[in-house]
Amino acid sequence: MRYTFRRMIQAAILLFGASVLTFLFSALAPGNYFDEMRLNPQISPETIISLRGQYHLDRPLPVRYVQWVNSLIHGEMGFSFAYNSPVGPLLWVRARNTLILTLTATLIAWAIALPLGIWSAATAGRWPDRVLSWATASFLVLPDLLLALCLLILAVRSGWFPTGGLVSTGFETLLPFGKFRDIVMHLTLPVTALVLSSLPILIRHVRAAIGEVLGAPFLRAAEGHGIPRRRLLYRYALRAAANPLISLFGFSIGALLSGSFLVEVVMSWPGLGPLMLEAILARDLYVVIGGVLLSTLFLVGGNFIADMMLYWADPRIRTEAATQ
Amino acid sequence: MNMDREAGKGLPLVHRMRPFLEIQDLHVAYHSRAGRDVPALAGVTFEVQAGEILGVLGESGSGKSTLAAALLRLLPANGKIQKGAVRFEGQDLLPAKPPELEKIRGGRIAIIFQEPSMALHPTIRVGKQISDVVAAHEAIRGCALREKTLRVLTTVFPAEAQRVSESYPHQLSGGQRQRVLMAQAIACSPSLVIADEPTASLDPSTQEEILSLFRTLRQKLNLAMILITHNPAILAGLADRILVLYAGRVAEIGPTEEVLTLPRHPYTRALLECLPPRIEEELFHRKAKLTVIPGDSPNMARVVNGCQFGPRCIDRMDVCTAIEPAEVTFSDRHAVSCFKYGG
Amino acid sequence: MLFRCENDQPLLRAENLEKRYKRADALDSKEEVAALSEVSFSIFPRTTLALVGESGSGKSTLALCLACLERPTSGNIWFGEREVTALNEKELRAIRPQIQLVFQDPASSLNPGWTALEIVSEPLLVQQRLGKQARRAKAHALLEQVGIPAEKASKRPGIFSGGQRQRLAIARALALEPKVLILDEALSALDCSVQAQIVNLLLELQTSLGLTYLFISHDFAMAAHLSDQIAVMHQGRIVETGSVETVVHAPKHTVTQRLITAAMGSPALPYPPKVA
Repeated sequence: MRYTFRRMIQAAILLFGASVLTFLFSALAPGNYFDEMRLNPQISPETIISLRGQYHLDRPLPVRYVQWVNSLIHGEMGFSFAYNSPVGPLLWVRARNTLILTLTATLIAWAIALPLGIWSAATAGRWPDRVLSWATASFLVLPDLLLALCLLILAVRSGWFPTGGLVSTGFETLLPFGKFRDIVMHLTLPVTALVLSSLPILIRHVRAAIGEVLGAPFLRAAEGHGIPRRRLLYRYALRAAANPLISLFGFSIGALLSGSFLVEVVMSWPGLGPLMLEAILARDLYVVIGGVLLSTLFLVGGNFIADMMLYWADPRIRTEAATQ
Repeated sequence: MNMDREAGKGLPLVHRMRPFLEIQDLHVAYHSRAGRDVPALAGVTFEVQAGEILGVLGESGSGKSTLAAALLRLLPANGKIQKGAVRFEGQDLLPAKPPELEKIRGGRIAIIFQEPSMALHPTIRVGKQISDVVAAHEAIRGCALREKTLRVLTTVFPAEAQRVSESYPHQLSGGQRQRVLMAQAIACSPSLVIADEPTASLDPSTQEEILSLFRTLRQKLNLAMILITHNPAILAGLADRILVLYAGRVAEIGPTEEVLTLPRHPYTRALLECLPPRIEEELFHRKAKLTVIPGDSPNMARVVNGCQFGPRCIDRMDVCTAIEPAEVTFSDRHAVSCFKYGG
Repeated sequence: MLFRCENDQPLLRAENLEKRYKRADALDSKEEVAALSEVSFSIFPRTTLALVGESGSGKSTLALCLACLERPTSGNIWFGEREVTALNEKELRAIRPQIQLVFQDPASSLNPGWTALEIVSEPLLVQQRLGKQARRAKAHALLEQVGIPAEKASKRPGIFSGGQRQRLAIARALALEPKVLILDEALSALDCSVQAQIVNLLLELQTSLGLTYLFISHDFAMAAHLSDQIAVMHQGRIVETGSVETVVHAPKHTVTQRLITAAMGSPALPYPPKVA
């Protein structure tokens, strides 16, 4: 458990560093929310100055940082100028939606990539592998945006799937199963876009990792002991290739998250993506900082999960951690 | 060879017991990256009787590891059995389908690969790796499977089966890992065990320990074994017969004492003469030059006409460079492929 | 002793060597493992000392200390008149070429992208002792000396057999004209017939170049054949040392007795090997 503790401390330090950096960079960035008001003749300069004072924008940077940390502890993370409300609650709802989307997409992508990658590695050089390699290569060159737009057009033309939002109007009146169905229908399109964009890379990595261990002496030995082929591939080979794949899993959570911002904007998924886009355009300072920090948290969280999985999967890491 | 000889004597074949393991004219080649087929075994023929230990003696390039893998069709992807037959208890293994092979591998024929540190899965507990082998061949699960696993481990670790069962390979010593490999091999009571350099990476005393375990197990379980090694010292006192492999061909095969004391093939003789003097006689010869075999180890990518050992042989005759020698039998059990004896 | 008469000063001498390693990543530095303790011995010029013992007995650690690649925790090493344990890093660099190491697995210590000639000339290049032409000539001479045919000089080690790779490793070790060669399990990975060839090469080189060997091995029979003195190591200590005659015929320590029994093999090989 000391291992877990150490990893958590590392994560906390990382997050602290990230918060300081985002704060610094957003303060250095030119322009602020009130620039536009200044152009408005109906708002007097005095009002703007008093507004700036109200939001403490006139204080020095370190003071603002301390104030922000203080509000973070109260769950507010500063104040949104545009929404005129604390940032915290605003972000939580959006972050939840983003998490629903990315976690579903991650799980589905891995559920498809593992068997396909293993199959590809096991048939290396023969036709299933060739077809898969060709398919992944052609998907790889397709830009994510194009993919999302194609799916959107398909959905609009066919009318099978809703093309935006999290739930339909009248969601509240549905029965539990109906609610679930409604969310699934809304998820389908963005999840498909995300899965399709990440799948080729995942399959290729799985294929490479499995291919590397397939020639290992202990796999040949296991084959020599008559261990059935399925077990050989899905237990022996997969476990031996687990380390790089688990690291990739942690990384893929982060990668899908950044990929999801684009998909969310294009497919109007009410996640962090659209919110961040608005906030950046409007220079809604604390929303941007909060959003950046939250995505960092997801990334760190993904890696933390991967570390825990590694610890669980590899006894050699456990022994090493125990001697430390 | 045996078959021809006895058939020649007029014995009807049906009266003869089928040999336990029969390898006939086995040819194996590897497809090289240059696109050529490089032979590794070129016409290997021999038999193993039930309960017999056959030592296969060969140096690098002799094809001894290829032989081990080919018998169970475990060759790497670029290796191919070109022709021949491997008949085990009457069944030809070469045309066997994958599910049949899975049943034979580990069930009736077990294999122990070299390098115990690499032949075990690094992240699966030892007990699990043994019970997986049992579960692959026997329809027992749960408690019965655990019990059987422990029973198997107890035969090689009388005192600490439980502890070893819960360990990961990296927590064990080289000798212990070798014992685990043996436990895996005998888990499903096979009738034949193929061991490829089982002691090459071990200390001399650990090596001795493992070899005596081989002896015990063989007596207890009536195992037949094919023991593949480059070290003649391992075979003395353990093997019943020795097969000497050179350049993918059988140079000599015969009872251990005969091959080691009265080697007939010039290669066998040269190989035994290369060894340092026995330690008791050391004082007379200390720091003296050792006998060497002239020339280079066989290179299978280059075809030699006639006898493969010809270019390095001190007894070379004209005929040796023209055609390959056939097998000459001395006694019922001793055969040599060399023109010196008329081949 | 015949081999010692010309010069009774040891060439390499170790006294009370001790090497302790911190337990890998131990936080409280209290936990230490002793890889060597109270190791003392001498090697006389033009002779061979065999260091035998099982894996983990500290043989390789000792080899690294003697080759000046590791510093012992305490104790002293003398090379001729100089105490190398008292030298600084710069002075050590002048000593190192005189004591060369040859390892068990030459494949891992030979750069696979270089030709045999480049591998052998590399140490000469690093030391910048010779001009380009002289370097080339010297490299060719070295390859010839270890029995690598001239047409193989431009080939990469990948196509070499195990024995030829070991010859190449020996040629590289000889490039800087060392006085001492430390052979760390240098024969262990080779076939019997190839071992014999390398043994003969080593014996020839010892006579022609006046080399001093430290032969590290777990093969007692080979050690006894090649050496004048034997030291038996066990758990970081030298438990027995003496001339081959005394150690083989009157082994005192149980570890030595065990090693000798193992070397005699199960019923020892009946075929009487004759000696050329």
